[in-house]
Amino acid sequence: MNPPATRSPGPLVIDIEDITKEYVMGEEIIHALRGVTLQIRRNEYLAIMGPSGSGKSTLMNMLGCLDTPSSGRYEFNGKNVSEMDGDELAAIRNREIGFVFQTFNLLPRSTSLRNVELPLIYAGIDPEEREERATQALVDVGLGDRLTHRPNELSGGQRQRVAIARALVNNPSIVLADEPTGNLDSKTGEEIMTLFESLYQQGNTVILVTHEADVARHARRSVHLRDGVVESDELATAPPSPAPLAVALDSLGKS
Amino acid sequence: MKRFLYELTESWKIAAAQMAANKTRSMLTALGVIIGIVAVTLMGTAINGISTGFDKSMAVIGDDVLYVSQRPWTRMNDWWNYRDRKKIRTEYAEKISHAIAATPNSNLMIAVPTMSLLRSVKAGDNSVENVFILGTTTDYTLISTLDCSEGRFFNDLESRGGAEVCVVGYDVADALFASRSALDKKVLINGHAFKVIGTLTRQGTFLGLFSLDSIVVIPLPAFKKYFSAKSEADVRVKVRDKTHMADARDELTGIIRRLRSLPPEKRDDFNINEQQAFKSTLDGVKATIAIAGLFITGLSLFVGAIGIMNITFVSVKERTKEIGTRKALGARRRTILLQFLIESTALCLVGGLIGLIFAYLMCFGMAAAFPSFPIRFSFGLVVASMVVSVLTGLVSGIAPAWSASRLDPVTALRYE
Repeated sequence: MNPPATRSPGPLVIDIEDITKEYVMGEEIIHALRGVTLQIRRNEYLAIMGPSGSGKSTLMNMLGCLDTPSSGRYEFNGKNVSEMDGDELAAIRNREIGFVFQTFNLLPRSTSLRNVELPLIYAGIDPEEREERATQALVDVGLGDRLTHRPNELSGGQRQRVAIARALVNNPSIVLADEPTGNLDSKTGEEIMTLFESLYQQGNTVILVTHEADVARHARRSVHLRDGVVESDELATAPPSPAPLAVALDSLGKS
Repeated sequence: MKRFLYELTESWKIAAAQMAANKTRSMLTALGVIIGIVAVTLMGTAINGISTGFDKSMAVIGDDVLYVSQRPWTRMNDWWNYRDRKKIRTEYAEKISHAIAATPNSNLMIAVPTMSLLRSVKAGDNSVENVFILGTTTDYTLISTLDCSEGRFFNDLESRGGAEVCVVGYDVADALFASRSALDKKVLINGHAFKVIGTLTRQGTFLGLFSLDSIVVIPLPAFKKYFSAKSEADVRVKVRDKTHMADARDELTGIIRRLRSLPPEKRDDFNINEQQAFKSTLDGVKATIAIAGLFITGLSLFVGAIGIMNITFVSVKERTKEIGTRKALGARRRTILLQFLIESTALCLVGGLIGLIFAYLMCFGMAAAFPSFPIRFSFGLVVASMVVSVLTGLVSGIAPAWSASRLDPVTALRYE
């Protein structure tokens, strides 16, 4: 198996300049972000890292257009997001961003297919096309035989795959994954990371938010936050080797 | 537009799934609405039934007849003002009829004298109490819808001569002679013997309250001879066209004032009553039922609405994370608002439907238990209760749905 290649990034998707975010908590003002500047290009594979309290989650909420900065400029595909209202942000999230959550966040009573169809409903896609695209997305993540299963009939890894299919179904500009392996055992976690690698190889832009170096190791670029500022922003020196996975599988086989 | 439609369909599906997932909770919550809808439907049915029954009874009694009486039928709380009035005499009838005949284009047709009492009627060992004994002339057939199912009404000769003959109502014939024919039998009215020459067609009851068939009609002279000649008399006057009731009244008033030689400065010392007067009394009863019903209905719907509001708030709280997820996937405020509004409305609609089924069964049961009481279960009521259900749902859902739609996606996603 050849080591996976690093692809050359495309045009600018995310352009953040000196954004800050303050919260009022009781009588205290919390400075979650104190001036972050960050640019992310199409087809990058990026990990945002940092200890808890570093502003990592706040930055992720900004990137995901779930929240707007207190000050600074945020352009997404050339559109100024910082001044959008709730419904405009919802439209951006619907079309441009695929979310993958630590806790999967699937609708418990809906089948895999209906879960994956959800973003398409909000996008106003016809029922026939909805079903076709959702089915394809599930086939792409290897769940073609789990279309009518409900989340409680699926394993953790399968649930996260449904969530990834849901994130991809509307062909977003970025896939934003928040601790995607946090609720999975390490073997399943590796499988999910392999899936992200192949998404990246297919030309997707993947942003991981994690505090685990093991997870971040898969990305081609890692941004470290500390106390609300970017501490380091570096490209991986060498492409990650598949060795750890092979070793892990090997040791499983021996024991 | 298309997106709105898809979101709408999606919302109904979610609402159905929510109810299916929380059956007990949904049922208990819908109970308030169920009771409200049962109340609204039964009240409407009662009012409808009373109106229908009243109109039917009015047609039987005759709503194109004016009654000249000593007292008014209504407002009897000052009866002493009427007690000393000059009596209405049965002889007026003939004079009024003459006056009518002498007037070209009269609004009136004919006048008939009547006297009445309640007495017991016997035949052999059987007896009936409180029978309406009506003394009148053969002309009575001209002003009422009475019809003989067997035999005949008394003729002019019997009427004038005061023959001891009678025409009996259905209830009287049935009680005294059961399945045998009453014709040519003797009945004792207050101890005086009368020969039955006819039985009347069954008329039914007035609003299911009292029977119109507990009646015996006898010639007026016989009535005067055997019963009180002093009891109050009425003169019934048939109107030619009941759409000109007011004109007819004026004309009749003039005739009677002349009969009684009342100088112009004196007020009427008699009353002209009409069955329609009951209508206003009835309207009062209907309004009372409506107000009481509206209050009960309003109260139970209000309680029901609070219950639904409460459960929708609970639902929003429970599904905060789901709301966050939906928002992250692109649901707009309107989408979330719509979803929870439809959930509360669906709950109310189900409650309304169940309420309607209950109300229908109850009407069915009532109709079986009291066949004489007119019960109407109308389509209008079905529509009205559905509209009320939907409105209740929207009103009770708006506050929780609004709060759900305003949730901050970041906070909602983090909610555990």
